[in-house]
Amino acid sequence: MKILVVVRQVPDSTTVIKIRPDGGDIERAGVKLVVNPFDEFAIEQAVRLREQRGDVQSITALILGPAAAAEALRIALAVGADDGIHLQDEAFDRLDELQTAALVAAVIKDGGYYLILLGKQEIDLDSGQLGPALAEQLDIPHVGATVKLEVAADGKSLAARRRIEGAEEVVRASLPALLTCDKGLCEMRYPSLPNLMKAKKKPVRVVKAADVPGFAELAGVVGGTVLHTFQPPPERPPGKLIGGGPEQAARELVRLLREEAKVI
Amino acid sequence: MTSDILIFAEQRSDRVHPAALQVVTPARALAAQTNGRVVACLIGDKLDAAADAIDKTGVQALVTVSDPVLARYSALRYRTALSAVVQSVQPRVVLLPATFMGRDLAPRVAMRTGAALATDVTGLRIGDDGGLDVTRPVYNGKALCHVCFPQDRCAMATVRPNAFVAPSGAGGAARESLPFVLAPGDERLDTVEVATTSGEIKDVTEGDIIVAGGRALKSADNFKIICELAKALDAAVGASRAACDAGYQPHSRQVGLTGKTVTPRLYIACGISGAIQHLAGMRGSKVIVAVNTDKEAPLCKLADYCVVEDLFKVVPLLTAEVKRLRG
Repeated sequence: MKILVVVRQVPDSTTVIKIRPDGGDIERAGVKLVVNPFDEFAIEQAVRLREQRGDVQSITALILGPAAAAEALRIALAVGADDGIHLQDEAFDRLDELQTAALVAAVIKDGGYYLILLGKQEIDLDSGQLGPALAEQLDIPHVGATVKLEVAADGKSLAARRRIEGAEEVVRASLPALLTCDKGLCEMRYPSLPNLMKAKKKPVRVVKAADVPGFAELAGVVGGTVLHTFQPPPERPPGKLIGGGPEQAARELVRLLREEAKVI
Repeated sequence: MTSDILIFAEQRSDRVHPAALQVVTPARALAAQTNGRVVACLIGDKLDAAADAIDKTGVQALVTVSDPVLARYSALRYRTALSAVVQSVQPRVVLLPATFMGRDLAPRVAMRTGAALATDVTGLRIGDDGGLDVTRPVYNGKALCHVCFPQDRCAMATVRPNAFVAPSGAGGAARESLPFVLAPGDERLDTVEVATTSGEIKDVTEGDIIVAGGRALKSADNFKIICELAKALDAAVGASRAACDAGYQPHSRQVGLTGKTVTPRLYIACGISGAIQHLAGMRGSKVIVAVNTDKEAPLCKLADYCVVEDLFKVVPLLTAEVKRLRG
């Protein structure tokens, strides 16, 4: 069984986000970049499957982004992926999420991957489109927001639990299949320093637009949204401080929620 | 392409998801701009009560796809069914609620029908060029992004729950049913069981009001006072990552970056200082209350009302006050 893990590089969640004066993007300088937290679960899940089973032939990690994204790819390689694919071309920056899914599908469709794992969403643009759209383009089943996974002994099917409102769905799918990973599936082990050094020697294939068959037609078929401008969220007015002892504070809060905010 | 706005009226067990009813509001506003109709689409098995519920929101037409194999959600069968409706109605815009089902389904249907898609939007209008323009929060709510759609293809969006209030209308929409035609390979995916995890208390993503607790609660047992206030308010219970990691509450109740994103009309945070990762999950709430002895805590800075008192004293008094007023 060949496994593919899709990794995104995103700003660290604690980063202060500043918007460029022209509103066209956020300020990229000085922003700390990390592996998308939900993709970490996907990397770990792939490595655990190899540890549990005898039939995992290879784990490939794929990333899309500029040269600096190689750093996130290296973490996936250090944790356990065998090789990498780095989609790196300025022409890729103009694609929206669905077009990106079509691009990734074009690159991997003949790779023979039996299981594709990625996070349920990317924490920068939070779109969550890539997983289900990639599965559709490849015409394979997908399980979204997976919190538990069992691959059958014969490697032909899987049982998974996925999170929904107030419940979990128990889902069965045949392989090949794609899973998007949610918190609770597993936590990524820490990449050790020796493994980070060894990861530098693992093979990474860089893919340019010219290497992708049919790239010129991708944008004409689907998607086409444009991120026009960014703006800061509306400021909340300063809040009211309520004190004066527990009894008075409780009465006053309930009064304000009823009469002023009108929410209870 | 027609001028119609199609909405996916998500239902489970013949009950329409509240977020799907809310989607009718922006759909009506868009239809007023395009001079089209609002058409609702229901997919499932038994759909009578769901059809009546969605009809009461004032949609102009209702398309149902009903089949025993659609009783439970399957990403494959539902994408086949919804794609067929999209191809039949030929809408200008398709809106889905940004629920677990909507998020799961929309990218597949957009890919299959050659549409364009933006997810989790909070504002929508037809722009001057005739294309759909939407607003969506990005970077954990630390910025808003304006997204423009191309004019020449169907525009799809998932709409963030509680961004709009569900409307009411006359009813009596024209009803049409479409047969379900299984696509080859749809049997590769099946939901075999739906296991409830939240017990008697509402799931945190379904709460109109959420009462959440943090590490300051100090134990699972102490969370009782949070649950009692939630019960009095008919609210859901949430928790910070610290409280979940400490085992005070299950991870299914975690609000935050790696937990759930919630947008209730009232969020009451008790003993939560407000780490960035928590704020990311609840910043979109309409009214925020913080109960915290430290008025400099980040959540107190964000809150509309900050109660600077000991939560162990004030929360039970709040419960009593709410019960007194609600009789």
